Amino acid sequence: MDVRSVTDALGIQRESEDREPQSMARILGWFSLGLGVAALAAQPAISRLCGVDDSPTARTVLRIAGARELGTAAALLIPRRARWGMWARVAGDAVDLAACAMAMRDRQGDRRQRLTYATLAVAGIAAVDLYTAVRTTRGARRTTGDRVRASVTVNRGVEDTYRFWHDFENLPRFMYHLESVRTTGDRRSHWTAKAPAGQTVDWEAEVVDDHPNELIMWRSVAGGGLPNSGCVRFVPAGGGRGTEVRVELAFTAPGGRFGARIAKLFGENPHQQICDDLRRFKQVIETGEITRSDGSPEGTSLRQQMMQRPAQPLATR
Amino acid sequence: MRANCWVAPNNVAVEDVPDPRIINPRDAVVRVTSTAICGSDLHLLQGYLPAMRKGDVLGHEFMGEIVELGNGVRDGLRVGDRVVVAFPIACGNCTSCERGLYSLCENSNPNAAVAELAMGHSPAGIFGYSHLLGGYAGGQAQYARVPFADVGALKIEDDLPDEKVLFLSDVLPTGYMAAEMCDISRGDVVAVWGAGPVGYFSAVSAFLLGAGRVIVIDRFPYRLRLARERAGAETINYEDTDVMDALREMTAGRGPDACIDAVGMEGHHASAALHAYDKAKQTVKAETDRPHALREAVLSCRNGGTISAIGAYTGFIDKFPMGSFMNRSLTMRSGQAHVQRYMRPLLDRIRKGEIDPSAIITHTMRLDDAPHGYDIFKNKREDCVKVVLKP
Repeated sequence: MDVRSVTDALGIQRESEDREPQSMARILGWFSLGLGVAALAAQPAISRLCGVDDSPTARTVLRIAGARELGTAAALLIPRRARWGMWARVAGDAVDLAACAMAMRDRQGDRRQRLTYATLAVAGIAAVDLYTAVRTTRGARRTTGDRVRASVTVNRGVEDTYRFWHDFENLPRFMYHLESVRTTGDRRSHWTAKAPAGQTVDWEAEVVDDHPNELIMWRSVAGGGLPNSGCVRFVPAGGGRGTEVRVELAFTAPGGRFGARIAKLFGENPHQQICDDLRRFKQVIETGEITRSDGSPEGTSLRQQMMQRPAQPLATR
Repeated sequence: MRANCWVAPNNVAVEDVPDPRIINPRDAVVRVTSTAICGSDLHLLQGYLPAMRKGDVLGHEFMGEIVELGNGVRDGLRVGDRVVVAFPIACGNCTSCERGLYSLCENSNPNAAVAELAMGHSPAGIFGYSHLLGGYAGGQAQYARVPFADVGALKIEDDLPDEKVLFLSDVLPTGYMAAEMCDISRGDVVAVWGAGPVGYFSAVSAFLLGAGRVIVIDRFPYRLRLARERAGAETINYEDTDVMDALREMTAGRGPDACIDAVGMEGHHASAALHAYDKAKQTVKAETDRPHALREAVLSCRNGGTISAIGAYTGFIDKFPMGSFMNRSLTMRSGQAHVQRYMRPLLDRIRKGEIDPSAIITHTMRLDDAPHGYDIFKNKREDCVKVVLKP
């Protein structure tokens, strides 16, 4: 599995990404580096070991394989996450196995025996590579964010903070992807989110758990346009430091059509968007307004921080 | 309106830009009557602070008259009021503001995420002080928008001239806080590196807080003369005197009880080789700041003494004498001034005649002459200490 269960600082069971396939990929990256250096620097010894020291073609093949391994090592060791680098290793293994099979045809005796051992070793490594490649790919697919969480400390008591959040109609004031939230019943509300090209996505949500001053959990009602759920917890930050607000949003249908919709709603980086939302939440509940500067007239958002206009007043409309 | 804009490193120009207007309920728009060029504006000028953009309106020391007010401004400000504006933008509601740490306001930097990348956590937004600290248009202009005006704008009710109260916006509280951070006991010897406006006000404030002697270090005789004649300090010109020897001699071997670095990131050194070393590293970005004054302050300070770092730094320094700092139980305190905390008490001191901030003004010119003002201030021409611009 690429997800494992951990207990967080608040004693709550939650999922966490399993880093093991990534560390395995790094180990294989170092292995590629070693292999590449060996094949290029100690080519005669290696070809003897594999029983192919009788053919100039085999030596050339070995050198090419060495160069290839250096490239694979770079692809595995340089990026923060190994992605296609693992599949490059798998493809390399396939080529090596084919080369071994061809070399096997015209070799006898001691050479054939050494070649058999070499082939078995390649096959073993190929199995490990394939397994790791599949796991890293599955891990990468999950990072499109079907679950995001973020937290902020606000200088207000838990009562005020809970009350502000409990009225879902307040959320669009600081959650920029929401157009409106309308309370439709005791535990029911109607949410409208902005989608690209002026479109909107609607869904009904219901509160599934509500502990005053502690926690609110909600989820969309079956049949809505965007299956999702959310949880916000309020914890007093000791010594009069206000309230820690911890938010977790989950989308129950990752991948496919819904995944694409979520990606559009949240842009490239859903985690950053939630962080921006919470920063604006803090501004609104503490100061009563969203902080705006001339460089960031629409207020805090990562996109705006990256694309600053000059710090001079906007032309009046 | 006319505004002094950053164009490129070492290039500012007074340009026509749109007038500011109210965009948030707690905003005020101020018609600027006086504004000044700060030493830290020179760091922006040279491009040492990252995240400057062509067209940014500069200036964080300004005062004027309120001409427009948002409907959410509390605290009895009215259109027509004469106000001095604090350079850090602060909401007054967050934990930092409630503790009086206004320059650490948690809500006033809309670009906090970027500042967090550079500094770990974000300080407050500042007028005209790069996009890292908010991307706010500054006050070297005919008009300025003042967010959270009910916290940042101090009403001046008596007839003190602009020249006496303008510096409540930055350099006077900054110098005062530098001295306050020294935790001065009666009779302490305080050494101040830098005889610019902040160094001058540090010296004046150190005396007000009970220092027995204040020693100011610089290389420009005209600035040292100001510190001697108006602040009553002793002075050392580091170009012709070895500072550490002189301080040891003047304190009979102890070293100053507290050392204020009022120089910051663009320090100079009497040794051309040492200066060239840090200048080269700064040019190739192997360090962002040249900490000559800070190094010397640490090495000079008495055992168990205090370093007050008030000069502006932006990033990383090299060769900080950590061994001296650690083994000799030194304390370092620092920060952009929490101006809002000091404005009222310092206004009282000005009223009583204990401080005359206008002593540092050497040049008054029209806003349109701002590029010339930057030039003489940066290159220490015409015995320039402080330039006031009149929009």
